[in-house]
Amino acid sequence: MKKFLTLALVLLLSLSLIACGGEGAKEEDKPEAEGPQSETIIDNEEVDKDSLEEITIGLVTDVGGIDDKSFNQGTWEGIQFYAKKFDLPASNIGYLQSTSDADYIPHLSQFSEDKKDLLVAPGFLFEESLKKISADFPDQKILFLDAVVDAPNILNALFAEHEGSYLVGVAAALKAQDAGKDTVGFVGGMDFDTIQKFEAGFEQGVLAVDPDMKIVVDYVGDFNNAEDGQTLAAKMYDAGVYVIYHAAGGSGNGVIKEAKDRVQNGEDVWVIGVDKDQYSEGVYEGNKSVILTSMLKGVDQAAYDVCKLTAQGKFEGGTVIYDLKANGVGIPADNPNLTEEWTKTINEFADKIKSGETVVDPVPSRVK
Amino acid sequence: MKLISSIVTLSLIYATPIIITALGGLYSERSGIVNIALEGIMVVGAFVAATFTPLNEAVFGNWTPWIAILLGALAGGLYSLIHAFVSIDLRADQVISGTALNMLSLGITVYFCQIFFNQQRTKTFNRGFVKTNVPLLSDIPIIGDLFFKRMYYTFYVALALVIITAFILKRTRFGLRLRASGEHPSAVDSVGVSVRKMRYIGVLISGLLAGLSGGIMVLTQATQFTAGSIHGIGFISLAALIFGRWNAYGVLGASIFFGFSQIFTIFSKDIPLLASVPAEIFKAVPYVLTIIAMLIFSRKNVGPKASGELYDVSKR
Repeated sequence: MKKFLTLALVLLLSLSLIACGGEGAKEEDKPEAEGPQSETIIDNEEVDKDSLEEITIGLVTDVGGIDDKSFNQGTWEGIQFYAKKFDLPASNIGYLQSTSDADYIPHLSQFSEDKKDLLVAPGFLFEESLKKISADFPDQKILFLDAVVDAPNILNALFAEHEGSYLVGVAAALKAQDAGKDTVGFVGGMDFDTIQKFEAGFEQGVLAVDPDMKIVVDYVGDFNNAEDGQTLAAKMYDAGVYVIYHAAGGSGNGVIKEAKDRVQNGEDVWVIGVDKDQYSEGVYEGNKSVILTSMLKGVDQAAYDVCKLTAQGKFEGGTVIYDLKANGVGIPADNPNLTEEWTKTINEFADKIKSGETVVDPVPSRVK
Repeated sequence: MKLISSIVTLSLIYATPIIITALGGLYSERSGIVNIALEGIMVVGAFVAATFTPLNEAVFGNWTPWIAILLGALAGGLYSLIHAFVSIDLRADQVISGTALNMLSLGITVYFCQIFFNQQRTKTFNRGFVKTNVPLLSDIPIIGDLFFKRMYYTFYVALALVIITAFILKRTRFGLRLRASGEHPSAVDSVGVSVRKMRYIGVLISGLLAGLSGGIMVLTQATQFTAGSIHGIGFISLAALIFGRWNAYGVLGASIFFGFSQIFTIFSKDIPLLASVPAEIFKAVPYVLTIIAMLIFSRKNVGPKASGELYDVSKR
């Protein structure tokens, strides 16, 4: 018995060591290639393949991992799409997965020492480490997504979340009007300017459809607390909120769970997802989901564009905002819970934003 | 009224995993082993339950979450045996062993997520527990609204466990021996009962309960297991155990109070007089009270006397 337990303990401990260090250490390649098509990346510029330099690209993931169905995965898909479209050898692109914050600097350095033509860091978690890396490797071209580090060799890609949120606000208001309800809600992760952009856009989108619609706003105070997310959602639905738009990461899981529970009890409530298409997470029966639609960030588009810029020799440090016009934000192509008519209306609003007729303010009225 | 019934119901739901985990801690501490690994055991239980559910929901239908939490409990029990072995047989420091298990749990579960699902979280499941109106009982005026509407059945499981635990510890021979192992192990040994066995059982039960509670937590509150699924509830349970004075009904009261203060934080913004008080204050109340409780209890010998101490037969 004693021997067995000792063995089991040793096994567990060694597994945990592998879990900590194993996969992060090696560079992984995903060679499979299908054909250059993407539902989400748009490129209207015809480019001669031969005019492009054959670049090498390295992606360092944050702790979410390469398969997070969100930032890391989206960015990687953008890079993969670029590689497929312009026949880049599979060995030219690769990623390193980080399992803790402590991995960022070593991984970023590793790629920089390999002299990758482009280093990609998705997500604000890289902010501190990139400050160091950009100084240590001043010639390394770096794409930083969703936050800003001021350095001549970093291109910061930001997203106009307020514009995408405006569109889901339109969707929420249309749905609520259709059901004869007068209140929709917003649940944020933490109350600071980045998340307030979501709130602001949502608010304006809702009011654009129906100026009398009430909007309840609350913040969980945490991005990883499903429990409080659920409680907040319960409170809102009890107060008569019909659709909740969440921008709360893991806490949003609790919002989705509460909606599922209520729908299974015969109530009629909805959730709007964020960052990625969350339809599958809201499925409660067969193919029915509580997710009305989702606000997407086009990290794949940004990664693709910057790969191309780099290959064209046009990479420049600075900040670029990926808005609706640049396909940086939007809603999924397929929304089973929206009628065609609503989708049409949403697209009309989108066109107005793209043409500049409607300007979405990134600051919510509550803060002004 | 609707506001009050929402607050009460949500508090009870919030308290459910705290109650069950704190009961687990109760068995362990009563037997003489400090188990701060509760958090890690919950993580393991939650992971197992959340892994089982999406893979089997087509097969077991509405029974899936129940089977899942039982498996979570088993996994928690197994995992806790490491703590038992290290701290009882190898005589290691119980706090260090518990800390190690807490840290290991996240690494190992995320690692297995990566193997099973190719991502650092489990697949989303569709059949977690569903909030239900209890038939008949929910029609009782007032009481029905407060305790039987939109509840998870798991709360009643927690309640039953409290009653069973109180009975076992106070009224059975096994309970007496378990408590004696934590109060005066040499006395237990002198009448021919193995302290080692009692302590193993205490830790094992704590693991089963914490695993159960982890499973319940993820299947009632989230749609998948992530590294943040448990976020400190295991430690809150330890506080509830202390605040509840190492006693089953005390644990029940303390847990519900802790749950209430968390829920109240969320609702306080809407109550006119309280809206100006920062919500964080309400959130901190349980922990401030726990510290005060510890200060008071430290003079009175409320907890198991030999808890955390190695039992060395040769020193008898």
